Amino acid sequence: MEGLEKQKEHELLTVISEVEVPYYWSIGRYAGEFLIELRDHKRLVGVRCPKCRKVYTPPRKVCGPCFTEMDEMVEIGHTGTLVAYSVVNYKFIDPNTGKNRPIPYIYGYIKLDGADNTFSHIIDYSDVEKLEVGARVKAVFEEKRVGLPWDIKYFKVVD
Amino acid sequence: MANRVAIVGVGQTHHKSKRLDVNGVELINEAVLRAIEETGVSLRDIDAIVIGNMDHFESINYVDTWSVDGSGAYMKPILKVTTGGSTGTSIAMAGYYHVASGLFDTVLVIGWEKNSESDTTGAIITCSDPVWDRFSYAGAIPSLAAEATAYMKAYGITERDAARVAVRDHTHALNNPFAHLHKNITIDDVLNSPMLSYPIKLLDVCPRSDGACAVIFAAEHKAKKITDSPAWIHAVSTRHNFGWFGDLEYARIPSLELASKEVYKKAGIREPLKELDVIELYQPYSFAGLKWIEAIGLCGPGEAPKLVWDGVTDMDGELPINPSGGVLATNCIGATGLIRVGEAALQVMGKADNRQVSDVKRALATGFGGCFWSDVVLLGKDMPK
Repeated sequence: MEGLEKQKEHELLTVISEVEVPYYWSIGRYAGEFLIELRDHKRLVGVRCPKCRKVYTPPRKVCGPCFTEMDEMVEIGHTGTLVAYSVVNYKFIDPNTGKNRPIPYIYGYIKLDGADNTFSHIIDYSDVEKLEVGARVKAVFEEKRVGLPWDIKYFKVVD
Repeated sequence: MANRVAIVGVGQTHHKSKRLDVNGVELINEAVLRAIEETGVSLRDIDAIVIGNMDHFESINYVDTWSVDGSGAYMKPILKVTTGGSTGTSIAMAGYYHVASGLFDTVLVIGWEKNSESDTTGAIITCSDPVWDRFSYAGAIPSLAAEATAYMKAYGITERDAARVAVRDHTHALNNPFAHLHKNITIDDVLNSPMLSYPIKLLDVCPRSDGACAVIFAAEHKAKKITDSPAWIHAVSTRHNFGWFGDLEYARIPSLELASKEVYKKAGIREPLKELDVIELYQPYSFAGLKWIEAIGLCGPGEAPKLVWDGVTDMDGELPINPSGGVLATNCIGATGLIRVGEAALQVMGKADNRQVSDVKRALATGFGGCFWSDVVLLGKDMPK
């Protein structure tokens, strides 16, 4: 059709809009307990499955493989072992903020002492040269904590 | 017991980074028309449709409803199935289930994605838990990269080993006119490409593509009338793991191990390296071409680099992997898993043109989704028992 053929790229019709999409989530009793312990006492907790005896952190109601309800909360350590990691180095928009998340940063999975699964978090970027799978790391807490996972500021490699 | 089902035709678009000339409905329609023309069926013969793409990538939800003009679903039963990266294999399996149940004779399965219209990374991040994972999770690439660091440490695998996989797939893609990327690259090109998220570099990872694929599944009595060379579904399996990224084991990929074991058991396969003729592996990045072929039992843990360096998985090797170029050459995510199944079917049907592997009796296709869940589909030239 003549109209379509005449349309050149710089004549493309464009509409720009910005949408803010706020959400509220309930995170449940188990997550609530973890965050309150973290905020008020700088304590990290996990939950133990009565069947397989595995300890999970953050704690949750059901052990998936056993499909069993858990309720035994146990304290776990501030230190752990780095099981896997990467150094994020490309620009992307954080859906939480609508803006670019600051990069580079280190993203890792930490097996905290006393837990059987791993906990995903940030490693302090100044430790980038010390990074290796198997490194021992320790949680560094914010002075002022509000009851969110980033009350742990990051994990640092301990020598 | 399941009825026998075969794939009788495959259609796909020529995948590109931006299809500015079409909207979603038109893109879907292109693939559907190609499958229908290729197969010789008419839309009247299609009893049901299964369609999928990534949830909220393009931010127009309920594709099953808004694409009806293009998908051929007008006044037909249509089901949307969307499972993240594994969408393409999930829709293939859903199409298979429709026909295997005996309720539908001929089913059209459509996978598609206009990645250029999505914020791929942002949308993928919304699959992560908003409190526990989202503040650190940065999309598919860093979590795959983390898997790679654990694998490298466990077995002494190197970035060079992974680069050999990337070179293989990009070389294979040169034979595939439908592939998005046609790059003639070397190992050094891969190693020198920009580091996105250690150890994943630009040439280690898939592109973002716009494209669609349509595959037609038919019941035995229909399949035999439609084509002389149907690709029979021999076995399928799906395995899901945990929901939070920290719950996974990073040294292994248990979902793929278990899904492939189930398929081999159903099909009576004992030595996949010997008994399979070609594999279309859902491999979004190069290291997976090592770690995940161990998971599907081609060799033991840590042994994949030898297999790959020896050329076993090249086009002229004992078991070619990704003759289409795989996901490294084309990734229109909602279609990608379906393209694996479609390409495996083309291999069995003998219709893979310049990328045809000789004497294909059994072809394996796999699918992968974000939190390390897996699909496995086995196709064969001979009718299953």
